[in-house]
Amino acid sequence: MFDKILIANRGEIACRVIKTARRMGIKTVAVYSDADRNALHVQMADEAVHIGPPPANQSYIVIDRILDAIRQTGAQAVHPGYGFLSENRAFAAALEAAGVVFIGPPSPAIEAMGDKITSKKIAAAAGVSTVPGYMGLIADADEAVTISRQIGYPVMLKASAGGGGKGMRIAWNDQEAREGFQSSKNEAASSFGDDRIFIEKFVTQPRHIEIQVLADQHENVVYLHERECSIQRRNQKVIEEAPSPFLDPATRKAMGEQACALARAVGYTSAGTVEFIVDGSRNFYFLEMNTRLQVEHPVTELITGIDLVEQMIRVAAGQPLPFAQDDLKINGWAMESRLYAEDPYRNFLPSIGRLTRYRPPVEGPTPRGGIVRNDTGVYEGGEISMFYDPMIAKLCTWAPDRAGAIEEMRLALDTFEVEGIGHNLPFVGAVMDHPRFVAGNITTAFIAEEYPQGFQGATLDDETLRRVAAAAAAMHRVAEIRRTRISGTMDNHTRRVSDDWVVSLQGQAHAVTIAADPAGSTVRFADGTALRVESDWTPGQPLARLTVDGAPLVLKVGKIPMGFRLRLRGADLKCHVRSPRQHELALLMPEKAPPDTSKFLLCPMPGLVVKIAVAEGDEVQEGQALAMVEAMKMENILRAERRGIVRRIAAAAGASLKVDDVIMEFE
Amino acid sequence: MKDILQELESRRASARQGGGPARAAAQHAKGKLTARERIELLLDEESFEEFDMFVAHRCTDFGMEQNRPAGDGVVTGWGTINGRMVYVFSQDFTVLGGSVSATHAQKICKIMDMAIQNGAPVIGINDSGGARIQEGVDSLAGYGEVFQRNILASGVVPQISLIMGPCAGGAVYSPAMTDFIFMVKDTSYMFVTGPDVVKTVTNEVVTAEELGGASTHTRKSSVADGAYENDVEALAEARRLFDFLPLNNRDRAPVRPFFDDPARVESSLDTLIPDNPNLPYDMKELILKVADEGDFLEIQKDFAGNIITGFIRIEGQSVGVVANQPMVLAGCLDIDASRKAARFVRFCDAFEIPILTLVDVPGFLPGTGQEYGGVIKHGAKLLFAYGEATVPKVTVITRKAYGGAYDVMSSKHLRGDFNYAWPTAQIAVMGAKGATEILYRSELGDPGKIAARTRDYEGRFANPFVAAERGFIDEVIMPHSTRRRVARAFASLRNKKLTNPWKKHDNIPL
Repeated sequence: MFDKILIANRGEIACRVIKTARRMGIKTVAVYSDADRNALHVQMADEAVHIGPPPANQSYIVIDRILDAIRQTGAQAVHPGYGFLSENRAFAAALEAAGVVFIGPPSPAIEAMGDKITSKKIAAAAGVSTVPGYMGLIADADEAVTISRQIGYPVMLKASAGGGGKGMRIAWNDQEAREGFQSSKNEAASSFGDDRIFIEKFVTQPRHIEIQVLADQHENVVYLHERECSIQRRNQKVIEEAPSPFLDPATRKAMGEQACALARAVGYTSAGTVEFIVDGSRNFYFLEMNTRLQVEHPVTELITGIDLVEQMIRVAAGQPLPFAQDDLKINGWAMESRLYAEDPYRNFLPSIGRLTRYRPPVEGPTPRGGIVRNDTGVYEGGEISMFYDPMIAKLCTWAPDRAGAIEEMRLALDTFEVEGIGHNLPFVGAVMDHPRFVAGNITTAFIAEEYPQGFQGATLDDETLRRVAAAAAAMHRVAEIRRTRISGTMDNHTRRVSDDWVVSLQGQAHAVTIAADPAGSTVRFADGTALRVESDWTPGQPLARLTVDGAPLVLKVGKIPMGFRLRLRGADLKCHVRSPRQHELALLMPEKAPPDTSKFLLCPMPGLVVKIAVAEGDEVQEGQALAMVEAMKMENILRAERRGIVRRIAAAAGASLKVDDVIMEFE
Repeated sequence: MKDILQELESRRASARQGGGPARAAAQHAKGKLTARERIELLLDEESFEEFDMFVAHRCTDFGMEQNRPAGDGVVTGWGTINGRMVYVFSQDFTVLGGSVSATHAQKICKIMDMAIQNGAPVIGINDSGGARIQEGVDSLAGYGEVFQRNILASGVVPQISLIMGPCAGGAVYSPAMTDFIFMVKDTSYMFVTGPDVVKTVTNEVVTAEELGGASTHTRKSSVADGAYENDVEALAEARRLFDFLPLNNRDRAPVRPFFDDPARVESSLDTLIPDNPNLPYDMKELILKVADEGDFLEIQKDFAGNIITGFIRIEGQSVGVVANQPMVLAGCLDIDASRKAARFVRFCDAFEIPILTLVDVPGFLPGTGQEYGGVIKHGAKLLFAYGEATVPKVTVITRKAYGGAYDVMSSKHLRGDFNYAWPTAQIAVMGAKGATEILYRSELGDPGKIAARTRDYEGRFANPFVAAERGFIDEVIMPHSTRRRVARAFASLRNKKLTNPWKKHDNIPL
């Protein structure tokens, strides 16, 4: 076994690998760029080596820099994590040449699976089900149409070197095939410098289901069942689970065995993932093989009890797998939510900056018999940098069944406090309550179909609202009683806090009467029904953990005049708690239209324009950086107050401006 | 006998009607509450005791003798806010437009006199058409009497003004002399001369809202301290402000139970200061993390954002916070910031509210605009305010404390009780680059030499230790323990006694 390994990565995956290595008694070496000087993975590792400036192409993916770090520290093996150099054949080969073990597959396997066309050919030859399509080079649009007809519409035209949706077109008829061919080709040429296009059957009601495989250097290959990753936004996975709610044992076995066959065919070792697309009739087709550890590997670990990183390290050290296929059972259900620093209310615009508050839920067993796991690379007071993937954490939950895992996830998300930046926590919280998701009736188009206008926050159902109203009333009463305990009150004329309140939230008013006792409050509604609220919440706590009629309720609590800002389950509510009279008078107050933010970006201070970040005609999102103005030697970023289109830019970089000078104008 | 009792009830009912249901409805249609509804929301339930319900004016000109409504357009009395006593007057726009007559003013004066005598704050709710023209000079005399009491009450009991309708002409000077002014957006305005006069005299066309609305006074003129969406919200926030203030100048800052660990460690503060000294950070994060329960009531939030003022509690006790804000103008001091902070510091000192000062100040803002505007005297106001203050003063320097601005910001030399610095503090006459360019002017042509000199200067002065060696900094503290250190400092100062030499009054550079 190795004494020391280097992790050629950053963020949560570097931390995750370090954890396993430490448990195995292996010393760890972190590498870091200037931007990651104070990063968590650097703090966690036994040693850390600086490898260059923030951009990854000057640090994390520069093979020589990593090799230098290996030489400096004497690391015997390298774990590449995912992304960066993890699927770089040249890197694996360079390590081999340097006599350092690559904790991953052999370089020929990486190469074989690295090209979409090659990998598909190999897969087909190994008996893996592939999407009907044409692998050869297509000469022109006419040929594209002929092939499309042979396959049968709808078809998809894809760039051979593609990824991320670029160079991809769907055609439902000859004309679309003809046009799609040309535009895909152009896009592929400009994006990848490789204009080869192939055509395949377009799968309807597609689900993304992938098989985790593990192979050692002794010809043992096993599959660790599947993960379903159908909840995607623009081809980026957001929520993953294992197992899939869609597969039956026969399909699972067939997919697993084909995945193993492919691994064998390319002489695969280490952990790998064979991605399939599965249609509504459970026909599955090979998509690609990822020759690395996947982001979403924790859900597999949770249902199999196997530490994939440990097995990767052991395999790399030449050890045989300690289990056979028959030992690998599915135990329970696991969910993963990827928390990104992307603001769902601003069309998922990346939101970089300082985490003023970061309190993940408690990891480990939950009171309900579930498990919470949170893989992260950040900490409170840390920075989400503009240079890398804006992932904050991967929150995973496990329970004996799917409904339980979802419920654990809802509670874990409600408990997860992230402030200072925009993030998608409310969005994943909303998905966890979405009936279609709960039913497991999902496809890769789920987000596009269910949130076509983007995300504006979840609307809570009436029962949840009643529970929240009861909780808010009880909390408000506690806060009001505290206010009466101030020094300097008039003896014998102190304020008596009433038991009658009106809770307004989400456009509803609930009149309630509170009967409080030392253990909690019984909150009675006007219709005579009551809810029992118990909690150790005290005024000012940003997180309220309550039980309402015995069931847990977790609220993120902020203060507003006469009430609270409450966040839960993807909803962000203004909740007013007022006396009946206060409520009556509040109803007389006019509804005000949101303030008309100006159509101009004005210079807020005298200063020098350093940079204009947008161009005329650009569509900008709320919160997007528009310009940078330097004043008093400070660089201030000016952001869009709302969505809009830039009509005119009035100031250029280098201009010296006074307060309220126009920088740009919107349409 | 019973008839007589009934007579009282019916007179009361009639007085409580104010201008009657139609006028009340008109008030509501404007998005405003009536004078009595406002008092209801301001005070604890059923705590209001009214004075002078039956006072009527004595004017006999212009047919006024035909119209003598009970109360004369203002409701006065006392009550409690969370059990603490307060005097209140609320002008009733539904009665003669809330206009100020001699008797109307008399009613206000009565409760102000009682407030001064009995040591309880005064909250005035302003919603008045102005002077009662029919009364002529009697009305003006009434204003004058109120002004005189505002002046005498200043520094004796806190005075809060809530502008909830028109407040124009001479009437503005009563709120102007109170400690805090809250306005309601869209339904309140204050100006000395209204849009019509402005147009006649200067040909300037301006709306009442532009001339004297809540936005104007919180952003441009700094006349008002806060703007709120509607009456209900403004009254709720006035209650919140009231809870931070002592009842009078012989009282201590109020204390209430708190649910927060005074020794709470905030590790994230260790990374608050960016590596790059030219990058801003949000000083409010530090305020919120030092405060009990993250509760901060900001005063003049929308004006002179380069300095932050407001109230927090530490171990349940009110503390006034003054903090440079690096996010705005790099946190420098200028005319507006100095005036804003000076007035706040003087309020705290007048009412025994301890002051926490958080410093990251690169100096005073340069430029002709500032010098022509008199930054010398305005800057001196803040210096003066800190120097004369005898309340507990705790200061934390987080980063820059350069030049004269270092002295101004509650330095040791101005009788700061506890002067702490973070290890990231740089206490110097100016930034290293500027200093080197002056000290080594002859080497300016050689960037290499200058860079080396700058590094030398940084090494020598870009830290808190030079000041700490001299005792100007009492202790260099870890950022994460700021709350604990500050809380213990204030705890140790609870019995602080310090008096200035006797004087009739000082002569602050107004």
